[in-house]
Amino acid sequence: MSELISLTAAELSEKLSSREVSSVEVTQAHLDRIAEVDGDVHAFLHVSATALKVAAEVDGARNLGARLSPLAGVPVAIKDVLCTRDMPSTAGSRILEGWIPPYDATVVQRLRAAKLVPLGKTNMDEFAMGSSTEHSAFGPTRNPWDLERIPGGSGGGSAAAVAAFETPLALGSDTGGSIRQPAAVTGTVGMKPTYGGVSRYGAIALASSLDQVGPVSRTVLDAALLHDVVGGHDPHDSTSLDRDWPCFADAARAGKASGSLTGVRVGVVRELGGEGFQSGVSSRYAEALDLMAAAGADIVEVSAPSFTYAIAAYYLILPAEASSNLAKFDSVRFGLRVNPPGGGTVEDVMAATREAGFGPEVKRRIILGTYALSAGYYDAYYGSAQKVRTLIQRDFDSAFAKADVLVSPAAPTTAFKLGEKLEDPLAMYLNDVATIPANLAGVPGMGLPMGLAPEDGLPTGIQIMAPAFEDARIYTVGATLEALLEESWGRSLLSHSPRFPLDPLPEIGDARTEGTRK
Amino acid sequence: MSATNPSPLDAAQVAHLANLARIALTPEEIEKLTGELGVIIESIAKVSEVATPDVPATSHPIRLANVFRADVPGETLTVEQALSGAPERDGDRFKVSAILGEEQ
Repeated sequence: MSELISLTAAELSEKLSSREVSSVEVTQAHLDRIAEVDGDVHAFLHVSATALKVAAEVDGARNLGARLSPLAGVPVAIKDVLCTRDMPSTAGSRILEGWIPPYDATVVQRLRAAKLVPLGKTNMDEFAMGSSTEHSAFGPTRNPWDLERIPGGSGGGSAAAVAAFETPLALGSDTGGSIRQPAAVTGTVGMKPTYGGVSRYGAIALASSLDQVGPVSRTVLDAALLHDVVGGHDPHDSTSLDRDWPCFADAARAGKASGSLTGVRVGVVRELGGEGFQSGVSSRYAEALDLMAAAGADIVEVSAPSFTYAIAAYYLILPAEASSNLAKFDSVRFGLRVNPPGGGTVEDVMAATREAGFGPEVKRRIILGTYALSAGYYDAYYGSAQKVRTLIQRDFDSAFAKADVLVSPAAPTTAFKLGEKLEDPLAMYLNDVATIPANLAGVPGMGLPMGLAPEDGLPTGIQIMAPAFEDARIYTVGATLEALLEESWGRSLLSHSPRFPLDPLPEIGDARTEGTRK
Repeated sequence: MSATNPSPLDAAQVAHLANLARIALTPEEIEKLTGELGVIIESIAKVSEVATPDVPATSHPIRLANVFRADVPGETLTVEQALSGAPERDGDRFKVSAILGEEQ
């Protein structure tokens, strides 16, 4: 069993298609793993009761000789922001507790059509507002590397589930870093596609000009395989891009096979590093750059001065859009209803429901957004933030004139302790300093492991960004870098995790693994 | 936030915004939020430093065109599906309490 859960989705795919293992065996191994560790990790809000039935159907189809997609029979976890017609979909909020949507999100439909096996719904900060998963109404998720620490957010559940080997694959959503920052602090891989590259139909909206759905996994190739399943045009989403995309798995395989970055111009963003970044993050980042240079990459420094205004612009645009999007939680058509004592008008019922159903961070951002959109403040705040967005796009344009991909640390620190930043919203917001610019400009970005910080032995992550529509470039460069790093470590980063399911591996004396938790 | 620098928001404004947003905050929540939002607004107000009149605004990151479809019936939710999550229903309709108060 432990061997099955330690395999990647690509490895499982091969063993399933050769019938070396069945989907029922693979699914049972992951359900057993969830039963074993999720009491501690709390990555899941709901575990599917029908996963084994779905797996048996896939096995039956395979035995009858059906032509199946590469990931058929491979388990997948689904962030609770995505609507599933057979499982509750709460977005981590009390106001949607127990709500079962009458339809599937398009990405979920595509998982089912490709015959992946949904294992359950993963925990998240309420309505994806947060960087630690502590704002979930149903309790925090814990980082598998250290249960006293946060798994990042808002998609801490999906990242922790793959890091704890509860699932090889998960879906996430990324509005300001909610896929990439959790990847960084859990030693996993997460991809935010180009804005519009993956359908958002059935994704409970946070900020509609920023939200993107994307894959979460332990390897770059696995993320690409999942991206291939869920991506592409959807007529149900009016912001979905109607264009042909290349095969991302092929892009990842090409990168892994080449081992070379010759001719690739890697832009180091000056503003996303240095002050405010933990020393172990900065040192692993410098080593990753050296490794890329040694593999032939042309490392160039680029400047993006407007990025220093990105968090400020983001915390005006996001609350403004969220305050509108969350108006639908009005106690009328679905979700919680709280009747105030003595009754009242429908407005009184709405206000009592939203008071009881929303947590403190959601209230904070709705009020902030309502303020930013108020007459008299609109131009100074929301209008100015939209101008900053133009400046950030221009910075990306000039940076991509000099570089094929841009890199930065994916998060400024390693995982911090639960509770450490909960009472300081501004400190919490700084966790997304490196990831927010990509959302404001709509460009794709990936977080992937770049080693353990020497001072605390916890994972650090690097971010790779590419111009809009060039997601394949990230998979190619990402897979090359991943292969170079693993070669330098002698093994995968997650094999250092205290929750690595195989027998403990011997310590190796490589400098990059110093500080490994004993 | 320094003591001499007045908060950009006061409690009465927060109470008004909460009313606009239909959230029945408690007095304790209003007090806490007034302080927290003051700090946040001071920090994010710096966007105006670079948002000069010559810079155009951007609402969406990728250029989008209006989307149309043929005017033919598609797959829709049934009445039962649409009402499946309703807190309260009356036959085939959502049921809510009075829209207008007595004094209105």
